[in-house]
Amino acid sequence: MIARFFIAIGASLVVFVRYLGEVVLLAADTFRSAFTHRLRWRLFLQQIVEIGLLSQVVVIVTGGFTGAVFAAQTYFQFNKIGMGSATGAVVSVAICRELAPVLSALMVSGRVGAAMSAEIGTMKVTEQIDALRALAVYPVDYLVVPRALAMMISMPLLTAECIGFGIIASYLIAIVVLDINGTYYLDNMVRWTRMRDLIMGTSKAFVFGILIVFICCHKGLTTREGAVGVGRATTEAVVVSSLAVLISNFFLTMALNIVYPAGYQ
Amino acid sequence: MIAVRDLRKAIGEQEILRGVELDVAVGETLVIIGRSGGGKSVLLKHLIGLMQPDAGEIWVSGKNIIGMSERQLTAIRQKVGILFQSGALFDSMTVEDNIAFPLREAGMRDVKAMRARVNQVLEVVELEGENAKMPESLSGGMRKRVGLARAIIRRPSCVLYDEPTSGLDPVVSDSINRLIRRLQERFQMTSVVVTHDMKSAVHVGDRIAYLHEGRVYFQGTPAELKQCDDPIIQDFLLGRSESATH
Repeated sequence: MIARFFIAIGASLVVFVRYLGEVVLLAADTFRSAFTHRLRWRLFLQQIVEIGLLSQVVVIVTGGFTGAVFAAQTYFQFNKIGMGSATGAVVSVAICRELAPVLSALMVSGRVGAAMSAEIGTMKVTEQIDALRALAVYPVDYLVVPRALAMMISMPLLTAECIGFGIIASYLIAIVVLDINGTYYLDNMVRWTRMRDLIMGTSKAFVFGILIVFICCHKGLTTREGAVGVGRATTEAVVVSSLAVLISNFFLTMALNIVYPAGYQ
Repeated sequence: MIAVRDLRKAIGEQEILRGVELDVAVGETLVIIGRSGGGKSVLLKHLIGLMQPDAGEIWVSGKNIIGMSERQLTAIRQKVGILFQSGALFDSMTVEDNIAFPLREAGMRDVKAMRARVNQVLEVVELEGENAKMPESLSGGMRKRVGLARAIIRRPSCVLYDEPTSGLDPVVSDSINRLIRRLQERFQMTSVVVTHDMKSAVHVGDRIAYLHEGRVYFQGTPAELKQCDDPIIQDFLLGRSESATH
C-alpha cells in the first residue's frame, strides 16, 4: 500500500520534471532560433496585432474596473480611521506592483494562450505541422518564434496600459463617487508611487509573457487524439499558464522586492 | 535514390516495422501496398524524417538520414516532396498561398514570377483558376491535387504519395493516377506511392512491394505480382478475409 503510494508520487514527479524539461528545451530552441535565423516579419507583426492590439479592450476593462473597485474597498476601510486621502497611494502601488501584471497575464492567458494552443494543436492533429516539416520549414522558427517575440513585447505594454487605466478609474471613482479631495489623492499617489513600482510591474509582465507563450505553444505542439485532444490541450494550456503566473508571481515579488523595495524611501 | 536497411519501429507495445529492406532507383515509381494499419504510412513518413525509427538505416541521395536533426533534414526535404493522405493544406491560406508557400520560404520575393510558377503547377494538376479558393471549399480530390501542386512546385527529385486515391470515387482516383504517371514522365521524378488500391498500384507502379507483418514480403513488377501464387498475396489481390490456406 505504502510502496504503491510512493510509486504513484514518483511517477507523477517524473512526468512533471519531464514536462518542465520539454518546455525549457522549447524555450531554449526558440531563443537560439530567434538569434540565429531570419525573423518572419509578417508573422511577427500579425502576432503583435493578435496579442497586443486585440487584447487591449480586455486589458483596459480589467484594469479600469479593478482600479475602481480597489479604490472603493480601500476607501471604505481607510475612511474609518480618517485616512481616506491615502487611498490613491495604496491603489496606485498595488496596481503597479501586483494587480495589473497578474490580471493582465491571466486575461492574456485566457484570450491569447488558449487561441495559440488551439491553433497549433489543430495544425498538429491535421498534419499541417508535419507538412511544414516536410516543406523544409522548422515549426519552431515559423510558429513559436514570432509568437514569443510578440508576447515579450506586448505583455509589458499591455500591463502599462492596464496600470494607466486602473489609476484613471480609481481617481474618477475617488473624486466623483467617494468624494475624496482630488488634490490630496493625487499628491499621496505621486509621493508614494515610484518608477521602480512601474519597472517591477512591467518586468513581471515580461516574465509572465514568456511563461504563457511557451506553456501554450508546447501544449499545442504536443497535442494528440484529434478534436478531443485539441480541447484538452487548450484547457490545460490556460489552467497551467494561469497557475504558473500566480505561483511565479509570489517568487518574483519576493525577488524583485530586494531590487526594487516597496515604500517611500 | 532511396535505400532502407533493417528498419524497425514500434509504437507503444505494437511492432509496426520489423526489419524493412527496400531500394528505390532514380526515376522509378515504387508502389508499397499492404493491408490497412500495416505500417505503410509509417514507413513513408520515415523516408522523409517525419518519424524516427527504433533501429535501421535510411539512405536518401547517399546520406543516412537517421539521427539527423530537424535542421539537418531541411536539405534532404528540399529534394523530397510528400503528398499527405489528407492533403494537409494550411487551412488559413488560399490555394495560391498554399502552393507558393515553399517558394516564399525558400526566399523568393518576385510576386509575378511566383504567381507564374503557381499557375504552371495548377495547370499540371488541372486546377487552373482556383487560386483564390480556401481549402475548406475544396473537395477531397481537389485538396489532394493542391497538396500535390505544393509538393512539386520546388521540382523535387522525389515525391512520396500517402494513399493518393483513398476516399475518392473511381473517376477522380483515375485522374489522380494519370496525374502521378504524367508527373513522372514530364519531370522524371522518383516516386514512392503508398496505397491499398490495387488498380492504382498497377496503373502507376514500375515496381510493387507488398508489406506484410512489418516486412517487405514481395517485390516485383505489377505483372510478377499478378502471377504470384503465394496465398498471402492472392488473399490481398482478391480481397479475401479468410485465407485460402486455412
